[in-house]
Amino acid sequence: MDLYRAHVLVCCGTGCTSSQSPRIISNFEEQLADNKISNEVKVVKTGCFGLCAEGPIVVVYPEGVMYFRVTPEDVSEIVSEHLVKGRFVTRLMTVSHEEKATHAQNVEESDFFKKQLRVALKNCGVINPELIEEYIAHDGYTALGTILTEKVAPLDVIDMIKKSGLRGRGGGGFPTGLKWEFAAKQQNDQKYVCCNADEGDPGAFMDRSILEGDPHAIVEAMAIAAYAIGATQGYVYVRAEYPIAVQRLQLAIDQAREYGLVGKNIFDSGFDFDIDIRLGAGAFVCGEETALMRSIEGKRGNPTPRPPFPAVKGLFGKPTILNNVETYANIPTIIRNGPEWFAGLGTEKSKGTKVFALGGKVNNVGLVEIPMGTTVREIVYDIGGGIPGGKAFKSVQTGGPSGGCIPASLLDVPIDYDNLIAAGSMMGSGGMIVMDEDTCMVDIAKFFLEFTVEESCGKCAPCRIGTTRMLEMLDKITSGNGTMEDIDNLERIAVSIKEGSLCALGQTAPNPILSTLKHFREEYIEHVTEKKCRCGVCKELTTYYIIPDLCKKCGLCAKRCPVDCISGVLGKEPYVIDSSKCIKCGACEQACKFKAIIRK
Amino acid sequence: MGATKTMTHDEMVQALDQVIQRYAANGRNALMQVLQEAQNIYGYLPLNVQRSIALGLGVSVAEVYGVVSFYSFFSLTPKGDYVVSICMGTACYVKGSQAILEKVESELGIKAGECSKDGKFSINACRCIGACGLAPVITINDDVYGRLSADEIPSILAKYKEA
Repeated sequence: MDLYRAHVLVCCGTGCTSSQSPRIISNFEEQLADNKISNEVKVVKTGCFGLCAEGPIVVVYPEGVMYFRVTPEDVSEIVSEHLVKGRFVTRLMTVSHEEKATHAQNVEESDFFKKQLRVALKNCGVINPELIEEYIAHDGYTALGTILTEKVAPLDVIDMIKKSGLRGRGGGGFPTGLKWEFAAKQQNDQKYVCCNADEGDPGAFMDRSILEGDPHAIVEAMAIAAYAIGATQGYVYVRAEYPIAVQRLQLAIDQAREYGLVGKNIFDSGFDFDIDIRLGAGAFVCGEETALMRSIEGKRGNPTPRPPFPAVKGLFGKPTILNNVETYANIPTIIRNGPEWFAGLGTEKSKGTKVFALGGKVNNVGLVEIPMGTTVREIVYDIGGGIPGGKAFKSVQTGGPSGGCIPASLLDVPIDYDNLIAAGSMMGSGGMIVMDEDTCMVDIAKFFLEFTVEESCGKCAPCRIGTTRMLEMLDKITSGNGTMEDIDNLERIAVSIKEGSLCALGQTAPNPILSTLKHFREEYIEHVTEKKCRCGVCKELTTYYIIPDLCKKCGLCAKRCPVDCISGVLGKEPYVIDSSKCIKCGACEQACKFKAIIRK
Repeated sequence: MGATKTMTHDEMVQALDQVIQRYAANGRNALMQVLQEAQNIYGYLPLNVQRSIALGLGVSVAEVYGVVSFYSFFSLTPKGDYVVSICMGTACYVKGSQAILEKVESELGIKAGECSKDGKFSINACRCIGACGLAPVITINDDVYGRLSADEIPSILAKYKEA
């Protein structure tokens, strides 16, 4: 085996790939060859490091130096300076290249990583996801190997998962071991294990990053689950929107099959297991377990009543378990380190860690994994680096269209399943969107309602009709035609929808409205009584205004205005907007270089 | 995408036949996979394609249509040569994807979900593509553009208008 003095890790997750990381890799390979050090330095294509906002990211070991926003043109400097001469390229070492780094900071010591604990993401950004050998070198497949070669009884495997306290990471938080036990107790000639990778929650990309960065962990975990419940066939249901994830997962399955880790008689134990991938087709409701199974069967993704639960009668009418990608990603480590280790992490009722996709108005947009019990404040400010542009924090949205908004007063709540529900939100799959003072909370509620109206499968009237009615009321409120009665009605309908819907989509659809009404009721009232949107987001309630003292009389705004509603005299008189003609397109605001145009 | 331009009608019919034959043994269970591959061949799923699939897999046309119309990924109408997808996920939305969408609509003179008369462009207000670190994001076929402002849209579209 070749020994290298340095390793160059290049992130090839979806974000960094979009910013040319494949070209960065080819440039590295060329430049290393030109400098005749190809046999000394190895370039490794990895999954997501997590700091997506600063991508493409390159990490050079043994020093563990992280370079941000690397362009293909920067590569020659990194090679000639760092790899040939041993001098760090300081201008690329700080976030956004704001200043030159004063000292070499190891990746793990940076603020972004210090408070994180990587269990599910342990291999993401560390190994090459396209090489099974790298996964194996990081203890991959030893959990499966130990279970099969030491003939650990399936019920003992389930017992380990139960003891670990692992709960479903897809949002519901159902105890994973218990789910497996139900399915294991069923007598049937055929059972299935499924993996839910239909990450439909907007603003969430945890599952995608795990599939892209560590696909073998999912293959191994599904094999373990199959052994535990007595299944021989697995399906991964993954979004068609994730081409890189699909390709790497397929590669992982093929490689595992080649090594005899998937297929017949695995580890000579007599245990057979195979996995197939099924692509989703853009229906959010298919994240619901019964709908997902109908979709794998080739049908419309309509949820079906439970009971019968999938553990009794699931895919093709057979006992089936369905777990989320992140849930599976924890399994091999739990088996290797023991359930006690995992149960030692987190809070009393929520064990282990949780991955969040941190996004929106926050500096360090990316993927973070924290022990349960970490506070929202620690995530947003310590790991996330706070809000850009000196703006004030307003809210954090978790749980996507099923969740809610957590206000500043609850920033110090330790994150776990139960606390988030008490705060009017939910864990959800792990999207965490930060909102600042410029985000209108009524508009955000409307944004999520538009989503659920479109994604409601239409089977139950409370969800299909109720969400439409609620959206109409929100439309009224945001366009300045709302009444206080509308606010009361929103709350009334919300309860009916929650109680009358069959599946989680409908049962949780009112949450974005209820939580914003609970924490930001004054904004709703302002929209209704004062006809005002304090953030200038709701167009009908916003007027554009030119501050005469700031206007430089350049006339650029008038030139850009598509409806000619701005008048003034070039160089002489300040310009004025005729708000009766203004269509509120915002072109003038964007055109003004002097920030003289504001929204009121 | 774009496959419609490189295949003749007969070739498309033949390719669809092969797909149906490959999955025929699985019958209705394979419906989603067949539809996905058929859409890759034709670019969309017109009624005659749905009919062939129904016949090949032994299900009713009504059932095929039911599935096609349920999933947003399946299209009943042709798409443009260049599909401009504006990510409307939450992270992009709070960073101004609505303004980006409006700019693309005004630049191309069509609305989301529509295809331009010359068949060159269509606009798709799409679900989160998971590139939240680059928000707001648009994709044009396989090209990804991130950290955008509405000002940049005209010059980006210009590249494709000329192509």
